[in-house]
Amino acid sequence: MALDQSFVGRTYPPTAPYEVGREKIREFAEAVGDANPAYTDTEAAKALGHPDVIAPPTFVFAITFKAAGEVIADPKLGLDYSRVVHGDQKFAYTRPVRAGDRLTVTSTIEAIKSLAGNDILDIRGEVHDEAGEHVVTAWTKLVARAAAEEA
Amino acid sequence: MTAKIAFDEVEVGTELPARSFPVTRATLVRYAGASGDFNPIHWNEKFAKEVGLPDVIAHGMFTMAEAIRVVTDWAGDPGAVVEYGVRFTKPVVVPNDETGALIEVSAKVAAKLDDNRVRVDLTAMSAGQKVLGMSRAVVRLA
Repeated sequence: MALDQSFVGRTYPPTAPYEVGREKIREFAEAVGDANPAYTDTEAAKALGHPDVIAPPTFVFAITFKAAGEVIADPKLGLDYSRVVHGDQKFAYTRPVRAGDRLTVTSTIEAIKSLAGNDILDIRGEVHDEAGEHVVTAWTKLVARAAAEEA
Repeated sequence: MTAKIAFDEVEVGTELPARSFPVTRATLVRYAGASGDFNPIHWNEKFAKEVGLPDVIAHGMFTMAEAIRVVTDWAGDPGAVVEYGVRFTKPVVVPNDETGALIEVSAKVAAKLDDNRVRVDLTAMSAGQKVLGMSRAVVRLA
């Protein structure tokens, strides 16, 4: 089923703040096997010029994808999530995410395309801190595979 | 931000130290918990096969997290990464054994930009297949 093109350009309200915990950063860094001390050692992070431990570059995806989930789940959009795969992912950082950040995400549907029966959805998530300063933008391309393939 | 590599010391074509990252089923369970992505294709073989996959596959975001380590370990400061993007071209298939799969990442400086920034192009392979395409990071060097 083709997605509703009228959703292109639609921006959803900002999410409630997500508070970045230092132990959550540690858990993530350990899960990807990354022992960089900037993720776990405040003094090491400060030596690099950061006010506190920072998160690995892809950490923020958990936050932006949760926000994108609200877009994906919008029944009026008509996306079959059971057929969705992750196509592309990109981040542009103003600064790294760090412990103590309270981050909100504002999601916008940038594009909707149909290609060979696949529905392709581009979502942009703008991440801001409590002061309203930009932290990172995440672009996520989702592909809902054509249903006919497995019929 | 304090990258330990100086902009003037790198040239287009400079290779970053390549790395290999092992991934087993246990790695994926752990990553699922840390990231909050509990999609069963990453831990349930029966489910993965029912939706047409050859076996359990790694989270694309796990592969993306591993690949950038080649850049962050080189630059020293992970906060020096100003842009990072990938395309998920093939899945990393993770069999249910002790060895699992291997993600092999290489990278080189592809362009020198303004403001001490360089573009690094990454290649990520698993089982002879290119698992990331269009994989690029922009890093601000010292």
